[in-house]
Amino acid sequence: MSDKEKKQGTNISRRNFLKGVGTGTVAATVVPSVLIGSEQAAEAQEGGAISSATIQLNINEKSYEVEVEARTTLLTVLRDGMDTSGNNVDLTGAKLICDRGECGGCTVMVDGQTVYACMMLAMDAQGKKITTIEGLANGDDLHPVQDAFIQHDALMCGFCTPGFVVSSAALLNENKTPSLDEIKDGLSGNTCRCGTYPFIFDAVKTASRKM
Amino acid sequence: MEKFSYINATSLEQVTSLLSESAWGEVMLIAGGTDLLAELKEYIETPKTLVNLKTLPGMDSITADASGLKIGALATVADIARHSTIQHHYTVLAQAAASVATPQIRNVGTIGGNLCQRPRCWYYRDETINCLKKGGDTCYAVDGLSKYHAILGGDPVYIVHPSDLAPALIALGASVKIVGPEGEKTMSLEEFFTLPATNPFRENVLEPNEIVVEVTVPAAKANTKSFYLKAREKGAPDFALSSVAGVFEMDGQTCKTASIVLGGVAPAPWRSKEAEAALTGKMIDESVSTQAGADAVKDAQPLNDNAYKVTLTQNLISRAAMMAAS
Repeated sequence: MSDKEKKQGTNISRRNFLKGVGTGTVAATVVPSVLIGSEQAAEAQEGGAISSATIQLNINEKSYEVEVEARTTLLTVLRDGMDTSGNNVDLTGAKLICDRGECGGCTVMVDGQTVYACMMLAMDAQGKKITTIEGLANGDDLHPVQDAFIQHDALMCGFCTPGFVVSSAALLNENKTPSLDEIKDGLSGNTCRCGTYPFIFDAVKTASRKM
Repeated sequence: MEKFSYINATSLEQVTSLLSESAWGEVMLIAGGTDLLAELKEYIETPKTLVNLKTLPGMDSITADASGLKIGALATVADIARHSTIQHHYTVLAQAAASVATPQIRNVGTIGGNLCQRPRCWYYRDETINCLKKGGDTCYAVDGLSKYHAILGGDPVYIVHPSDLAPALIALGASVKIVGPEGEKTMSLEEFFTLPATNPFRENVLEPNEIVVEVTVPAAKANTKSFYLKAREKGAPDFALSSVAGVFEMDGQTCKTASIVLGGVAPAPWRSKEAEAALTGKMIDESVSTQAGADAVKDAQPLNDNAYKVTLTQNLISRAAMMAAS
């Protein structure tokens, strides 16, 4: 059985399952938010309302055709999505952490602007240029921000790092020579629980001199 | 999130007719989605259909001319924060926009969504609690945890209005254009918001089938100084514990007119007529500004955990007045 078939075979709604076992708050963080490849095929309802559809997403300058439900977030497609040929999208650099648009772990660029991929519907990302952490390096040539993060040891556990790197790259695209306050403001939508902020700020300074 | 279907809006007529055909909450509107998706993820709202407003043409523009500002409901908070005319002539609005949430949210969050966002109260946001705002019979902040709740205008629901843009816009005398099935109407933004005594379930006067389409701001007067002061619990992005939008028409150190609107302390943006009266026509010094702050909070009724907001708000008003005079 392929992965897709396995997923399609799951007909229990996550919410009813969680309610049934009575562990909603605990389990919410470990169960994937939405299973892609729903039992409902793409269908147009009256008035143009769609509950699922096959859409094209331009991610890191590559086109992906994916089937999504209306409620599927961009982050779910990146991490758990499958294209219509059955290949996993498998861009797991953006992290699912808070899932509420607060921590910044899922930060990606949409048309050059940072967004929380957990708080954007995949449908809303159609026709946009999506750049994830995987799209920043050019082959083995790391983005200057990535180089600088390594140079300054700007991480401990590293879980927040992809989000910080994307936010830093977007900041430097708009402001080549940010002050410390501008760096802090530009990265204010990302949280590092290890507290590596001073090293991250130093890394952005270093990267700004190289860009 | 529960399943829902999704429609790309093609016209305002279509949007209002979709809203008219359904009960409250069955059809909901999505622009940036940063507030709405959080509500859907917590099952606070479970709409059957979302109508995507971003496909409506021309609703994201910001125009600034001699008559003032016209801001389409789909203009993002980031667009407002970085607009150079707004920065220079409507400073309070640019400062308020820059203080909203995080870059990631400002990049997609819209002015329409910011004005219509729902409260952050932890009882309201808890799926398992049927509080007064959600149709229950108790506002749990009254006897429960009330650190972030209202000190003014609360009875019977002690939420605070979370918008930063609203106090700034009201202080600037903004109006809001609303479209419904019968056409469009314009009202002052101050009248747009309601207190729980009028309607405990909603924060504004929008009918179920109406939509905010534009915000207009009259031209800034000469010799005007304006500020948005926002107190947060920590240096990082957050909603206001208390905020003050102040617009001061000055003649030297004398305040000709003052417009003072508070955020984070009441269920609606709160115009302080008391502070305005204490400043208008006065030469602003420390005693006048202190009095203005004190007058603004003289009727405050803090709950168990939020008396600190009284002092905080008083001092923010005094500080804004002193900044206008300096």
